[in-house]
Amino acid sequence: MSVQVDNIRKTFGPYTALDDVSLQVKSGQLTALLGPSGSGKTTLLRIIAGLEYADEGSGRIQFHGEDVTEMPAGKRKVGFVFQHYALFKHMSVFENIAFGLRVRRENRPPEAEIADRVHKLLKLVQLADLGGRYPHQLSGGQRQRIALARALAVEPEVLLLDEPFGALDAKVRKELRRWLRQFHDEIGLTTVFVTHDQEEALEIADEVVIMNQAKIEQIGTPQEVYDRPATPFVYQFLGNVNVLRAQVLAEARARKPGSIAFESEGQVYVRPHDIEIVPYAPDQPGIAAVLRYIHAAGPQARLTLEQVQTRETVEVETSRVTLAGLDLKVGDLVNLRLRQAHSFTDDYTI
Amino acid sequence: MSASAPPFLSTKRAPIRVSGPRVIRNPVWVRWLFMTLALLFVGCFLVLPLAAVFTEALRKGFGPFFAAFTDPDMLSALRLTLLTAAIAVPANLVFGVAAAWCIAKFDFRGKSLLITLIDLPFAVSPVISGLIYVLVFGLQGWLGPYLGAGDHPWFGEWLNAQDIRIIFAVPGIVLATIFVTFPFVARELIPLMQAQGNDEEYAALTLGATGWQTFWRVTVPNIRWGLFYGVILCNARAMGEFGAVSVVSGHIRGVTNTMPLHIEILYNEYNFVAAFAVSSLLALLALVTLLLKTLVEWRAQKGLT
Amino acid sequence: MSIAAISLPRFSRRVLPGFGLSLGFTLAYLGLIVLIPLGAAFIKAAGLSWADFLTAVASPRVLASYRVSFGISLLAALVNGVFGGILAWVLVRYTFPGRRVVDALVDLPFALPTAVAGIALAAIYSKNGWAGQWLEPLWVGTVHRLAGWIPWVDWQGWLGKTIAFDRAGIFLALTFVGLPFVVRTLQPVLAELEPELEEAAATLGANRWQTMTRVILPELMPALITGFALAFARALGEYGSVVFIAGNMPMHSEITPLLIITKLEQYDYRGATAIAVVMLVTSFVLLLLINLLQKWSRRYYRV
Repeated sequence: MSVQVDNIRKTFGPYTALDDVSLQVKSGQLTALLGPSGSGKTTLLRIIAGLEYADEGSGRIQFHGEDVTEMPAGKRKVGFVFQHYALFKHMSVFENIAFGLRVRRENRPPEAEIADRVHKLLKLVQLADLGGRYPHQLSGGQRQRIALARALAVEPEVLLLDEPFGALDAKVRKELRRWLRQFHDEIGLTTVFVTHDQEEALEIADEVVIMNQAKIEQIGTPQEVYDRPATPFVYQFLGNVNVLRAQVLAEARARKPGSIAFESEGQVYVRPHDIEIVPYAPDQPGIAAVLRYIHAAGPQARLTLEQVQTRETVEVETSRVTLAGLDLKVGDLVNLRLRQAHSFTDDYTI
Repeated sequence: MSASAPPFLSTKRAPIRVSGPRVIRNPVWVRWLFMTLALLFVGCFLVLPLAAVFTEALRKGFGPFFAAFTDPDMLSALRLTLLTAAIAVPANLVFGVAAAWCIAKFDFRGKSLLITLIDLPFAVSPVISGLIYVLVFGLQGWLGPYLGAGDHPWFGEWLNAQDIRIIFAVPGIVLATIFVTFPFVARELIPLMQAQGNDEEYAALTLGATGWQTFWRVTVPNIRWGLFYGVILCNARAMGEFGAVSVVSGHIRGVTNTMPLHIEILYNEYNFVAAFAVSSLLALLALVTLLLKTLVEWRAQKGLT
Repeated sequence: MSIAAISLPRFSRRVLPGFGLSLGFTLAYLGLIVLIPLGAAFIKAAGLSWADFLTAVASPRVLASYRVSFGISLLAALVNGVFGGILAWVLVRYTFPGRRVVDALVDLPFALPTAVAGIALAAIYSKNGWAGQWLEPLWVGTVHRLAGWIPWVDWQGWLGKTIAFDRAGIFLALTFVGLPFVVRTLQPVLAELEPELEEAAATLGANRWQTMTRVILPELMPALITGFALAFARALGEYGSVVFIAGNMPMHSEITPLLIITKLEQYDYRGATAIAVVMLVTSFVLLLLINLLQKWSRRYYRV
């Protein structure tokens, strides 16, 4: 089941949560809505679920070509997993999962079938023995999976998860997100999840939708958005980045200090691992910098350098073997070369 | 919070803003039905009685209305009511602060039992609150023979000579009022001071403040709104108490009648205008109490958010 | 509550001054004002022989007063449960002009002296009152018609002849005094109820009725029962507002607190005390039940 979002606008009073957003979620894929808090990602998810309606006359939501813009949440066949799970406290785990089947008016399955379905789901989320427990007796990760099982019980055609790992501690998060990826591969349900954690999105999603300030900045596979960020925002949001003045680069290339820049006064984005350190030589191209600090714990060494001309800081990441080969100490003068850099036109603000 | 405390006895009330889902809501007709039922309920039980008090008081115009307040019995009832509140409220204020200090600032065994015991008067019928004082001090009570009848040759004579009576006299009225308003201030302060913790007091002590300085300069400013809140509620109840006072007063006109008791006498004499005129004064007090209470709650909410 | 509970263990006993003084004063004041006088009632009752006690607390007139007090208090608390629940819902969920005023007015039964409430209710619901002039004929007619349809039930005995100065009047007064309890216990719970619960139910296909009855109502149940029990306990002991509107007919519309006063006025101190002890024990048991309920729900419902 594909999800098509066309020109959706949503305002809360003076605040714009979504500004003319369009998006196509492909059938069977795991899609991440990624962005900082306040970027509108949760609002978009809730509009897809029917828990929020877009501004009057602003656009349409289609599920597999069918217009569901005005359809109430209960009829859309979506499974929604809430950030804090919203499990029914007064019901056992079993009853929570069975809820969606029990409230059916038409074709409500007989009791035996309900029990059968619930047990299958419990097994699917690997919590087969916990049917009799109550939500307050479960750990965070278990609640998360019960919430998922409950959402799946009604056999949704789209699964929506709001910050599915947001309320969990770091270790459980990592385990659970790998599990979710495997789980998705097994059941192949069209899934959209919201997250503010770029690592999470890049690791498990088939496609990442990066949002900022009520707009979509870029849509692409994890590799696409990481390697070819469409905007300065995406560049900065996905991993560390150095922002260098275009003028400096121009000068470095010309290697004539003080000469007039031939490029505009824009900015250039370089990832720390895309910078190569070479020994300083006055006639060679490169940016002259002084090594200020070496942080060598971990698989990669992180170096902090200060540009000679602008006194601005640059971060460089390199393997420890390479670093050893260079034989550097703090205070050494070096040349920096950029393997890959990106510049955007000036009217971007970050 | 212990269950026996009336739930409205807390400045930390639910914030008065709309909550709940935005889209998933009841159908419009259900909303209208609920709203109609709720407002009808409020109208029949709250608005109508309040309006009736003032209308009935002014039924025969302003002349008879104001005449009710010049009646010497009324003035003496007013004086007694003010006197009673002037003793009961400070007494319970001091108690409330002391109780909250030891319960909120220290850990000791039997604390939850103590909290429950402080709440007890809320669970006791006003009539019984009066009765127990009659049992202690009345003619047939424990101390009665010593206080009133003069069985005790020495103490009783002395009391008789000094004309000291407790039941069917002002001290009984004050005691019964203290009993029924007993938990108000404590109940308000305990959760407030527990939530505030001890850090500020510790800080003051490390800076060289004495215990009393810490209390007056750190603790009291922190709890002043809670104190004020407890005091206005305590005062409203102290001035309006009927059942308990009725039992211990003896209804001696012009001597042991408080305003609520005076209302009863006027009403039973079919002097309705005067009864409602006095009532309107108490109703006004109630409205002022509600207003102050609401203001304190707004303040508390603004302070929290 | 939870904040306080968490920070408690850090309190050290002797760092702050004034523990002995404040605890000593608290205990002395509590003892003098509350415990000793309450004890007096029990000791006085203990002085009665078992037979005397039974005669005092189980004579027909006393039993009739229990029926009136318990029955009508229960009914008033039930009505408060339903309408107070709706009122709390409306105050938390809907906006309308005057909402803050209504919210403040909910505490009126608590701030308004009971005697004032009593005569005001009597004035409104008596035959010539604002509401009484419409409701009284309706009420009398209904009782009459019921007696016609189902003659073997003593409708006049049960429902009374009039509204004010009869059993219906007691019901009005007790509903009035219990009104804030359900509203004020429900309001904070309702305000903190996660909207996601209702949204979850909706995405799972439940309609609004199913969501209200299967999700919201069970979540609110502990608070609702607590509010109901508080309103019931308050109604049981109420005296001031009831005497003005009850008619106070022995065996028919006489509440138990009034009977205590009547016995006192007849200098029957033993009888009064015996009945008072029964009432006291009842309210203490109620208090205990409410406390247990809250403790249970706090443990059970905390997620």
